[in-house]
Amino acid sequence: MASSFSRILSSKRSVGLLSVVGGSVAAGFLLHREHVTAGEPLRRRYPASAEYPDLRKHNNCMASHLTPAIYAKLCDKTTPNGFTLDQAIQTGVDNPGHPFIKTVGMVAGDEETYEVFADLLDPVIKERHNGYDARTMKHPTDLDATKIHSGNFDERYVLSSRVRTGRSIRGLSLPPACTRAERREVERVVVDALAGLKGDLTGRYYSLTQMTEKEQQQLIDDHFLFDKPVSPLLTCAGMARDWPDARGIWHNNEKTFLIWVNEEDHTRVISMEKGGNMKRVFERFCKGLKEVERLIQERGWEFMWNERLGYVLTCPSNLGTGLRAGVHVKLPLLSKDPRFSKILDNLRLQKRGTGGVDTAAVGGVFDISNLDRLGHSEVQLVQTVIDGVNYLIECEKRLEKGQDIKVPPPIRQFK
Amino acid sequence: MPFGNTHNNFKLNYKVEEEFPDLSKHNNHMAKILTKEIYGKLRDKQTPSGYTLDDVIQTGVDNPGHPFIMTVGCVAGDEESYEVFKDLLDPVISDRHGGYKPTDKHKTDLNFENLKGGDDLDPNYVLSSRVRTGRSIKGYTLPPHNSRGERRAIEKLAVEALTSLDGEFKGKYYPLKSMTDAEQEQLISDHFLFDKPVSPLLTCAGMARDWPDGRGIWHNDNKTFLVWVNEEDHLRVISMQKGGNMREVFRRFCVGLQKIEEIFKKHNHGFMWNEHLGYILTCPSNLGTGLRGGVHVKLPKLSTHPKFEEILTRLRLQKRGTGGVDTASVGGVFDISNADRLGSSEVDQVQLVVDGVKLMVEMEKKLEKGEAIDGMIPAQK
Repeated sequence: MASSFSRILSSKRSVGLLSVVGGSVAAGFLLHREHVTAGEPLRRRYPASAEYPDLRKHNNCMASHLTPAIYAKLCDKTTPNGFTLDQAIQTGVDNPGHPFIKTVGMVAGDEETYEVFADLLDPVIKERHNGYDARTMKHPTDLDATKIHSGNFDERYVLSSRVRTGRSIRGLSLPPACTRAERREVERVVVDALAGLKGDLTGRYYSLTQMTEKEQQQLIDDHFLFDKPVSPLLTCAGMARDWPDARGIWHNNEKTFLIWVNEEDHTRVISMEKGGNMKRVFERFCKGLKEVERLIQERGWEFMWNERLGYVLTCPSNLGTGLRAGVHVKLPLLSKDPRFSKILDNLRLQKRGTGGVDTAAVGGVFDISNLDRLGHSEVQLVQTVIDGVNYLIECEKRLEKGQDIKVPPPIRQFK
Repeated sequence: MPFGNTHNNFKLNYKVEEEFPDLSKHNNHMAKILTKEIYGKLRDKQTPSGYTLDDVIQTGVDNPGHPFIMTVGCVAGDEESYEVFKDLLDPVISDRHGGYKPTDKHKTDLNFENLKGGDDLDPNYVLSSRVRTGRSIKGYTLPPHNSRGERRAIEKLAVEALTSLDGEFKGKYYPLKSMTDAEQEQLISDHFLFDKPVSPLLTCAGMARDWPDGRGIWHNDNKTFLVWVNEEDHLRVISMQKGGNMREVFRRFCVGLQKIEEIFKKHNHGFMWNEHLGYILTCPSNLGTGLRGGVHVKLPKLSTHPKFEEILTRLRLQKRGTGGVDTASVGGVFDISNADRLGSSEVDQVQLVVDGVKLMVEMEKKLEKGEAIDGMIPAQK
């Protein structure tokens, strides 16, 4: 632990970081998440009651838990980097509610946000993650793909398999708050590390600012290119600032492992393939992640992670594993069955259209993925998806034969 | 407070080169002026309310260029922005306002009697007439920067002032938050209702935060005098009516504005104004008079004449579509208004509109008769 700590200090702009965090607090700060010191208090012209947002028409997790008392307690605090409560909640104030999903309504600007504003974030996390108590529980991390079984789907139904997560670089602010220099540093650190990947992970980086038209077209055809965010959930949180500066896409030559740099998180890591071999997709996912982690550690960096919250990402909904494992699967009959939603619910799965979140299904093909992120390990979640999708395919087959299907019992959740 | 300003000191740990935005593909006034030297000089400064250089320029960094118009690419967060960030804003103002110098003085003239004519624009061509401006209330920060508490205080002050008006100005305030469906429908049919800004020029500057909190519309019972509260500026004041009587529109505009200003002064919150920049508004393009006086006018023949643009330029006018800025004209009907804001008075600018539109209507009539208009093309005003 001590040796990795000294690597962090020697390789980064440690003087700047320590001067921000403050003298002797630094050591404790970097090693022990629990005792984060807040930054300078803010000057306010108006009392908290005059500033408290009008959330009467709102339906998101932040609005459900931000009482005037909590607002008054937290509104004068900032993280050591200067991120404030108002900044954290702005997206939820600006976006009263999503028609289908109860959105989170707030974001983190840095790792310390989750500490300094814990009075709001803990209940939000609890609601979003089915009762997970960040004060008392520990999140399990498990990237051992050998534990997966039955991970090969019937390809008459499953068209493609994909696993994604995010990773944040410790010591640099997150997309809602990062400065241009920080964002560029994230890009440098990540691209430098990725250049060290070998074998089936060998690949290259395409910076959004320098991409040629031809490269852009290829990335679009491969369904790899990500666009400037248009969703107000993201833009109101400041994540699209300075676009496309320091944004880019890295992928391996085989086009099965892909990393987005500086979109909604520092990095989004994606493993995908056509067909139903989810086990192999997850194997590559784990291998790639571990390699990238090793490569950044060699250079004195590490991922944001702690025992309570797992991997720390911009949106509280992605804490824990940050993992969404899913398939595009043909379920034309099952999707019309009135019990479809309940079956998904009990299997801890969610459906999306084939364009991703907030899109509709096309031709009876659905994106089916895990609902949960926090409190279960990567292995557990992927296994849940595998078991669940296999069940759904069984249901579809039964309906094809005119047989009846059963709603499975709900998978037990922690309380 | 928009993103990025609360940790301004933290950013200073990074070098200028590391923080300087990539403006290589940009085409706006800010991008043309901002050098690493200016950035380095101003980056550690803040206005008393905490507004920083990065806040000023964010909209210009996020919006590289407008297809038709060279946008300004920066905004003010408060009155002091124009002082603290002079080294950037003075050259931007000069570029945008025809070479206006830091030592120049701006003339304010809201005496409608100084306008000559303007009551006889042909209503067969001029469908409607309108004059708008903005006003900022001294002592409060501007829409890119203000907090919910400030915005609500501005709304409260504005409503108090407006509801005390009487006579032709007696009216009612409709807060966006609590408007009924029926009221909303009516305001839409009257073409009064403003929407949450969708233009990234505004949203990237943080002006749509907390929508619709603290926003609303006030209008007089006659529906000829209208005030927007907390949209792109603290107040946008609009006088309008169907037909071509710009003189009457301008009279009502001047009288109404002066009445409102008196009331604000009594509450010790006058309007932001100084000798050099005139009325202080959020966008540097609206400094001076903040006035856009215009008409919707049918010019189907003139608008397709090869010299149309040149005529407009010489008359110091600009064209827009009938939906306002960034829209296309429909059925040959154009929104024609003054191009200038700073360096000439309200009377001067409305005079240009009145004289220019009169001339263009005559040109249109000539073209209808198949006659040439070359002899009518004016000299540069």
